[in-house]
Amino acid sequence: MKENYRRVHSQNMRVYLAVFALLAAVHCKELFNGGQVLRIHAESEDHIQILKELQRDVDSGLDFWTHAVSTERPVDIRVPHARLYALKNFLKENNIPFTVMINNVQELLEREREEMLGNAEMERKTKSLNFAAYHDLETIYNFMDTLVADHSNLISKVNIGSTYENRPMYVLKFSTGGEKKPAIWIDAGIHAREWISHATAVWLADRIATDFKENRAPVPSILSQMDIYLMIVANPDGYVFTHRSLSEFYRFWRKSRSATSNPKCHGVDLNRNWDAEFSGPGASDDPCAEDYRGPSAQSEIEVKNIANFIMDHGNFKSFMSLHAYMQLLMYPYGYVGTDAPDRTELHDVATQANKALNSWHGTVYKVGSIFHTIEQASGASVDWAYLRGIKYAFAFELRDTGEYGFLLPADQIVSTARETWYALRYIMQYVCDHPY
Amino acid sequence: MANTTGDLEPTHYPARRAATVALHYLNTRHGSPHMVFGLQQVHKASAEDVAAGGRNYSLDFSVTASPGGSPGPALRCSADVLFPRTEQHTPPDVQLRCEALQEINSTAEDEAFYQKYIAPDSAVSAQDLPDSYGNMSEEMQPFWRLGRVAASFIMLRESSENTELNMVQVANVTQQESSEKQLMLDYVVLLHDLPSQEITQWKLLASWSPDRGVRVLHTEWQPRCPHATKPPN
Repeated sequence: MKENYRRVHSQNMRVYLAVFALLAAVHCKELFNGGQVLRIHAESEDHIQILKELQRDVDSGLDFWTHAVSTERPVDIRVPHARLYALKNFLKENNIPFTVMINNVQELLEREREEMLGNAEMERKTKSLNFAAYHDLETIYNFMDTLVADHSNLISKVNIGSTYENRPMYVLKFSTGGEKKPAIWIDAGIHAREWISHATAVWLADRIATDFKENRAPVPSILSQMDIYLMIVANPDGYVFTHRSLSEFYRFWRKSRSATSNPKCHGVDLNRNWDAEFSGPGASDDPCAEDYRGPSAQSEIEVKNIANFIMDHGNFKSFMSLHAYMQLLMYPYGYVGTDAPDRTELHDVATQANKALNSWHGTVYKVGSIFHTIEQASGASVDWAYLRGIKYAFAFELRDTGEYGFLLPADQIVSTARETWYALRYIMQYVCDHPY
Repeated sequence: MANTTGDLEPTHYPARRAATVALHYLNTRHGSPHMVFGLQQVHKASAEDVAAGGRNYSLDFSVTASPGGSPGPALRCSADVLFPRTEQHTPPDVQLRCEALQEINSTAEDEAFYQKYIAPDSAVSAQDLPDSYGNMSEEMQPFWRLGRVAASFIMLRESSENTELNMVQVANVTQQESSEKQLMLDYVVLLHDLPSQEITQWKLLASWSPDRGVRVLHTEWQPRCPHATKPPN
């Protein structure tokens, strides 16, 4: 049964492709009125020779969609109306069987064209998000709702708590069911000004959904064994602040928006506020500093919400965080320079993931621990996850390496997202294959 | 802070920071409205303490030239970057050699740009290059690149082993009256330091001509509104 479906499906595909090619070539409607596509079933070498001769005759007006090669494969020919009678006679005289595949090419073209226009219209209505652009929080939150609605069998939206300014914090849960399956965590936007991370996460959400829907490996098999949690905006207050005006003071905001002990300075660096060697070197205790760690570990509600969610779940096997910029793929530790116990394995995984990333566009990333590749950092989320037993913990610094920095042109979003996906996909497959 | 002497891991930050300093030096010398260099990667690096009290980094690295903005070929460079150890900050000293530097040029585009804007009534003014979304008009790109080159003078001067500076935006560029056949440009640029994550704002006055290249005549640290962190060094 399946076999038949596949054959018919590929037959339809070929017809569709051929019709599409026709559509591209069509300038004058009348050319195709009354024309037919015949499927020839050659039964002998003689038949093949006859068809080959016919194909060689450039004045025949016949459009061979497939070539005469062997008796195993049918030969499809688009025949203009004017030649139909003559060709059918010719085939009959030579005892070459044929069937009429497409009765009226023009009709088919019109139907296909209408369908394509209809699809575009539908896409415009539902999938109206332009992935090659940066969007504000409201648009991203709307996108999440649309995605959930379009893939309700796979995706749900989880509210894990509110921000300092009382905005909801949402995580998209990709799950094929089951009770607390081992899970993968991916977050973006913990630093507000790193817009490419949110934009990448938006694209990733759609890509995972689409790959699942279209049964594209390895997503369905990963999701059969694990759940994926994707947090597109880990710092909503900060992100909204970066949109408040074009002024650089807003656009380059990094931290949260909480009040601090200094009335002139707001916000905590959410990636220095985790309970992982909190208050060690590699963070500041000055509320006005960009890497201000906050008054205490998890003092920031945003960090507390994520940490609690992950601990309550209790079955996360991987934790990955997207940042920008510098083109780095890193693993723990950030707080100290000594090797993490799993350093060798993590370095290997990161190295392979990096190769996958590079294969898309040739973008060069460097691999190493956070401490050694970027700088010492205490209270970092990736360290926290690793110290809590989530072995496969990685941090990405996405494009670029300083040319545009935080202001990466929007025309690089999709390419950045795709190469990041290649790396993430590798890591997720690896995590799936190495349960612990 | 990691204090390493001897061979350095090329992918780690000590080597990369030193290479970034060499890159700033390269841009001050060879940058133009249509040519800005970027660091591609460090191949080999080593560091040693020097007698006078400082550390010298020896580097083997590649840079990419971006003539007219499109990614160009990689150039192999070697450099010695000396970070002095003094009470008050002293700028690093750079010795640099890059192969085939003479072969890549943007002379034609630079010349055309020069002729267009050296005209007496030219008075270009622009803000936010690029804007929040990374956009910038094609016409403004040479001014942005000149801003990056001019900012390199500041970044070179302000660099230490504990900094890694990049220019993240030209907040403002205003053309001044040309002087001695030089384009005169007032810039406000924003620099980002990777280790501290701080953004600093600098006002500068730069001159440029195809003959003389970029010179920076005046720099001034500026507080960013509304709160001011203290000036560097």
